[in-house]
Amino acid sequence: MARMKFLCDTERCIECNGCVTACKNENETPWGVNRRRVVTMNDGVPGERSVSVACMHCSDAPCMAVCPTDCFYKTEEGLVLHNKDACIGCGYCFFACPFGAPQFPEGPAAFGVRGKMDKCTFCAGGPEENGSKAEFEKYGRNRLAEGKLPLCAEMCSTKALLAGDAPVVSDIFRERVLRRNKGAEAWGWTTAYGKPEQPAPAAKEGAK
Amino acid sequence: MKNALILALTACVGLAACGESSQVPSYKQGNYQGKSDTRPWEGGQFAGNKQAWDNALRHRNQGQTEYNRVK
Repeated sequence: MARMKFLCDTERCIECNGCVTACKNENETPWGVNRRRVVTMNDGVPGERSVSVACMHCSDAPCMAVCPTDCFYKTEEGLVLHNKDACIGCGYCFFACPFGAPQFPEGPAAFGVRGKMDKCTFCAGGPEENGSKAEFEKYGRNRLAEGKLPLCAEMCSTKALLAGDAPVVSDIFRERVLRRNKGAEAWGWTTAYGKPEQPAPAAKEGAK
Repeated sequence: MKNALILALTACVGLAACGESSQVPSYKQGNYQGKSDTRPWEGGQFAGNKQAWDNALRHRNQGQTEYNRVK
């Protein structure tokens, strides 16, 4: 397994918000927290485009770099996850993120009432026991440990949102572009994956 | 001549701030301080069998292309 990535095919996204609903339902996120949302550009104008946006799990994630408590870590699959126990809710990651991924449910944290940051985990949970109740309550469902992909992508009715192993996702997208002969723009990919991968300290103690 | 000199001096003073260097910070990765995480294939239904987990993920990945279904 190489590296997990998201890709939204804007030629296919029909702004149904199925991904948003699937994410909210699967992870039971509170009111005001939308780990994924659909953004429409030139809404109502012929040729409008919609993009499903969430944490892109960047190669060189700016949130990891600005976090004052270093609560982020990167898994072997390239996922940017965080430890909520260490999060102080300062909001730096929100300002650093080019995708507006970090969300703040109101609640107690060391920094006012913003609450501890919540974001897309690629349905991979966090640093609690895989599939445990504690993990679900803090980070949502760990589908990856069940051998499944994020529900937003699996639920997508037009398969506009692709998730998974980068070479496979790229191949699927490439085949589509070749067949339809247009729409080769992979939105957000250069921003998220254009920089070289940063070797982050592994969360697993004594990891190989 | 004098006017040109004054103009040149004014331009030098006025444009002095235009030579500022970039203020974009260069980020440094921190060291993760939290508790360790287990890999997705460790424990639970795969019980450490990475091959089985890889296969399950590969199957799901391929399920995203409908061209496979219409071939």
